[in-house]
Amino acid sequence: MATAVLEARGISKGFPGVLALDDVSFRLDAGQVHALVGENGAGKSTLIKVLTGVYRPDRGTLLQGGEPVTFDNPLAAQRAGISTIYQEVNLVPQMSLAHNLLLGREPRTRLGVIDMTQLYAEAERVMTRYGIRTDVRRPLRSLGMGTQQMVALARAVSIEARVVIMDEPTSALEPREVDTLFGVIADLRTQGISLIYVSHRLDELYRICDRVTVLRDGRVAHTGPLDKLPRVDLVALMLGRDPAEIRREGATKFSGEHTTAANGPLVEARSLSRRPDLRDVSVQVRPGEVVGLGGLLGAGRSETAKAIAGALPVDGGTVLVAGQEVRRGSPAAAIRAGVSLVPEDRKVEGIVPTLSVRDNIALAALPQLSRSGVVSDARVDRIVDTFMRRLRIKAASPHQKVAELSGGNQQKVLLARSLATGAKVLLLDEPTRGIDVGAKAEVQALIDELAAEGLGVLLISSDLEELVEGADRVVVLRDGAVAGELSGDQVTEQAIMATIAATGETDG
Amino acid sequence: MTTTIAGADTSADARRRPGGLRRERIGHLLQHHGALMVLAVTVVVGAVAFDSFATPQNAANIVVSSSFLAIVAIGMTFVIISGGIDLSVGSSFVLAGVLAAYGSRYGLLVALLLPLAVCGAIGLVQGLIVARTGMAPFIVTLAGLLGMRGLMLAVSGEGANTYLVQNDAFSALGQTSILGLTVPVWITLGLVLLGGVLLQRTSFGQNVYAIGGSEEAAVLMGVPVTRVKVVVYLISGSLAGLAGALNAARLSSGVTILGAGMELDVIAAVVIGGTLLTGGAGGLTGTMAGVLLLGVIQSLINQIGVLTSSFQQVVSGAFLALVVVMQRILHRAQRLS
Repeated sequence: MATAVLEARGISKGFPGVLALDDVSFRLDAGQVHALVGENGAGKSTLIKVLTGVYRPDRGTLLQGGEPVTFDNPLAAQRAGISTIYQEVNLVPQMSLAHNLLLGREPRTRLGVIDMTQLYAEAERVMTRYGIRTDVRRPLRSLGMGTQQMVALARAVSIEARVVIMDEPTSALEPREVDTLFGVIADLRTQGISLIYVSHRLDELYRICDRVTVLRDGRVAHTGPLDKLPRVDLVALMLGRDPAEIRREGATKFSGEHTTAANGPLVEARSLSRRPDLRDVSVQVRPGEVVGLGGLLGAGRSETAKAIAGALPVDGGTVLVAGQEVRRGSPAAAIRAGVSLVPEDRKVEGIVPTLSVRDNIALAALPQLSRSGVVSDARVDRIVDTFMRRLRIKAASPHQKVAELSGGNQQKVLLARSLATGAKVLLLDEPTRGIDVGAKAEVQALIDELAAEGLGVLLISSDLEELVEGADRVVVLRDGAVAGELSGDQVTEQAIMATIAATGETDG
Repeated sequence: MTTTIAGADTSADARRRPGGLRRERIGHLLQHHGALMVLAVTVVVGAVAFDSFATPQNAANIVVSSSFLAIVAIGMTFVIISGGIDLSVGSSFVLAGVLAAYGSRYGLLVALLLPLAVCGAIGLVQGLIVARTGMAPFIVTLAGLLGMRGLMLAVSGEGANTYLVQNDAFSALGQTSILGLTVPVWITLGLVLLGGVLLQRTSFGQNVYAIGGSEEAAVLMGVPVTRVKVVVYLISGSLAGLAGALNAARLSSGVTILGAGMELDVIAAVVIGGTLLTGGAGGLTGTMAGVLLLGVIQSLINQIGVLTSSFQQVVSGAFLALVVVMQRILHRAQRLS
């Protein structure tokens, strides 16, 4: 076997509290397009950062062309021919296309100053080869995302990159731009340049990648040729399921079916659209029902929840609560209507760590708890007390800082905050991620109880088991559109994975 | 690679929105030459309104009195384009004046080099701190402002001693006229040309833009970020020192009050000239237009007579506010297009 262009052997990398990479090996050959996939927290970005000199591995070696190498910083990796194309941080938006492309290698006149005529001519020549015909003097930010990405790629190749790492390169591109990009990638491969391609769009992976490495919880779950791997199996690997061995064990605390009142939907999202994240997404939740949102990372699950909560501006579509239309793009209006979002990243978007449990719970409900702007302490105490007991929040006192609580209890504080606003619909984005097993079971039981009390719950979870056992119905998203809806006996892990993996033929 | 991939003509971006390209050009023009246009209009209005405004004598006055601000503003333009700020230049300017006057008893060279060396060194130290520790330039140079003000007070005995320039050659440097303009004006012109070439036509200049535009990207593109930042503050400190020394030569003494708070006028001139406070865009032509605009406003207010010169600051402030709002609008328009 020929020597690998870039190889990682037995890489481990830990951060306080987590082992992000655990004995990961990865091999990239010349002219190969290698897909790197995995869900949130699988270790993809850590691996990329190790390969490009952002992080130093705790254990393991990197080899380039068979020789052991260490990169002290991203620049060292780049000098060694490894370029990473991130979403937006690669280039300077205010500078012209030509200056971005040739920064550091500008053509000079005999006097030693930059030769502007040559600079623009050279830039034009390079970009034409990438199929870009535009005024190279324009500032980069005035050009489309596709063009910007192509400039980054052209720059990477022109500084003698042998390995190009592309992180979700198509997420902001138009279909036509994607075609151009893939044309260029095919060209690069014939020149012997290798690519690591990170994406969640299965169609794209199967279109251009030779090999795939699936990471799961910091370990390599699978590596091998892509064309021999059926789509369903790839999805199963990403979600941590062995398709051959799925058994319904009932390990979660969900009791299963809820008695759903026969009346109309409590909340209804109609044709939510937002380019490029969402296309015509419609979801209904009836009182007492738990509706799951399934799909891979980047399929538009969180975006759907945020759009319903008014926290993400949409291009089109409406949200109705109990038949009444809610004003678009206004979180306050959504809360008044009884819709409450418990966001995915509770540390960033949810709790205020420096405030007490009491203040965190009361925060969103303050408008309801105050009269002409004056907050009644007694009413706040009463509400906080009620919810702390009802949700079994374990804190020394209501005045303890939320930052000092465990992850599970922080999550409960967020649930309490939603309930304190008088929410009728809860949008829960990964409510059990990152909390320990015991707390997870408690939160799951709580979701069940709340549904039994007549609340509507939209549950987003990457944990298939949680989705299957917790939800009465599951709406599966793929690439920002509804790929299918499963209910009753159809709600199985296999069915969800099959829906995710199905080719998008029925899509418009 | 020889094949051209068809169908990626990105001017389609512009075609989708008729007028998008034209709007972009107008935005570009306003951003880069807005101050120049306002300056031209102000001069024309002034010339029509006041007979004594559009005289060669008045023009020379404006240019001469603006030249010191202009020299400091050249350095500040570099700093702001790199995404930083230098609050220490006013203190630097005053300290340099005192040092130059004090040094003039030892000859012309000492009078010139002592302030340049001290202010340059302090600029260098500030640059090292900013670039190496990643501390906010605002805080680092605020410390520099206070430190140098203290140093100046110490050297001048709490402002009690006013050093007079005791070297005729040094005084001549500030006062001699060549072709109707004083030496500092010619030095300013030379520095503007030099600075322009440095900024637009050298790798160093491009690196300054890149760092201000996106430091993270600059690192990834192989720009020696630390070195460039250090040099930028070195330039700013040295130019403030030079301007202070020339001012002392013009006045024949190291005045301890003139120039305190100058940093704000300098920043105002740079921003009015179209350089973005967020960094990454701007230029010296705009800065010079901004400096002259402030000078012209001062002169016009003197012409009006009934207003005290304090009103100059009111008008300058209004201009600054206007420019910042305009930039915001332009920025948003470019985002949308």
